[in-house]
Amino acid sequence: MELETFIQNFADQFMDPDADVFTADTDFHKLSGWSSLTALLEMAMIEEQYGITLTGNDIRNTPTLRALFDIIQSRK
Amino acid sequence: MAILHYSGIGIRAVAACVPKNIVPNSSLTALLPAEELEKTIHLIGIREKRYAEADVCASDLCFKAAQQLIADNNMDISTIDALIFLSQTPDYHQPATAPSLVHRLGLPSSTLSFDVNLACSGYVYGLSIAFAFAANPGVRKVLFLTGETMSKTISQKDKVTAPLFGDAGSATLVEKGDFGETTFSLNSDGSRAEILNMPFGGYRNPSSPEGFTETTDAEGNKRNGEQLKMDGMDVFNFGIRVVPSDIQKLLKHLGKTVNDMDILLYHQANKFMTDFFTKHLKFDTTKTPYSLDRFGNTSSASIPLTIVSEMEDPARYPKRDHVMMTGFGAGLSWGSVFTSLGECKISKLLEY
Repeated sequence: MELETFIQNFADQFMDPDADVFTADTDFHKLSGWSSLTALLEMAMIEEQYGITLTGNDIRNTPTLRALFDIIQSRK
Repeated sequence: MAILHYSGIGIRAVAACVPKNIVPNSSLTALLPAEELEKTIHLIGIREKRYAEADVCASDLCFKAAQQLIADNNMDISTIDALIFLSQTPDYHQPATAPSLVHRLGLPSSTLSFDVNLACSGYVYGLSIAFAFAANPGVRKVLFLTGETMSKTISQKDKVTAPLFGDAGSATLVEKGDFGETTFSLNSDGSRAEILNMPFGGYRNPSSPEGFTETTDAEGNKRNGEQLKMDGMDVFNFGIRVVPSDIQKLLKHLGKTVNDMDILLYHQANKFMTDFFTKHLKFDTTKTPYSLDRFGNTSSASIPLTIVSEMEDPARYPKRDHVMMTGFGAGLSWGSVFTSLGECKISKLLEY
């Protein structure tokens, strides 16, 4: 449930969320709408919604949305 | 915890100068698809910036600002006992640029002068040095000049830095007087220096064919080793972790809250980031002046440039006795100062 909300929050930062399919096992780096700008928006969203400040490497080295969500949960 | 306190010293005057040449971000179509470019411009809040001509240095922009400041304040230049020039784009590796500015401004050779090398935290740091000299009984007035020609340090094929940075110079006069209290908080963290750096061209990695070889990063940005590299995500991480907390630390030290700030002057990094700080601090967005829409991020010059462009008209921001300024950037280096601009004469913005 929380993971689903996270995926929705993540998709909301994309310019055109309908152009991509977002699942827990999506490699978000390969989505058509992914860019360095989107990355910043995701960092801001995660900071605001979850109170966690991710590093550039957290974003770069984490393959899927599930793994990203796990990082957030583990740092809470 | 480096907290510095001064009483009876303050900022008497500020002037700033930008190059005439306007470079709009809408022209970066080769770098980003139209839709993404538009969104980038909207998010960073930078519509255009100013680029200096090839033969114009930061010192030239500062020189013009200093001349105007001297004229607007009917100054007897023989009372200037110290001149500080802070820049990462000086005239030469050697010698320091400050003595040449002493000479160009016609100040006597009894003027002490030196350069300081700092980036976006530079205005707050430089101001603290100016206050320290001004506190000495042997120094009457301190002229603090800071400017950058960032346009000459970046790659136009790098979508991280190309939309952000612009050029500007400034002059700030610091002296003794009935200014009230000023407190600085200054910090540094060299462990993450690599997130904002120019790896070649110094003495660790001297200028070499390798340093001038253009490389392409994972995002497709092309730059060489003597051009500024910035990791946007890590800079955001750095900013959000240190800037609001430094402001809060300083306020707490002073027994004040965010509501005691009349104005919060950010280093004009990019609007996405600084608006995020404002939200974090739960501060009033109408009290955070911005000039970056027209001038971009001018590194150490961005705070004095914002003072000049947004506060020269006294009707705007009429309450200016309790001003927080905060700078943060390469080093990593960051600092905040709580001071007054109530007695500050602001010159009109100049063009070079």
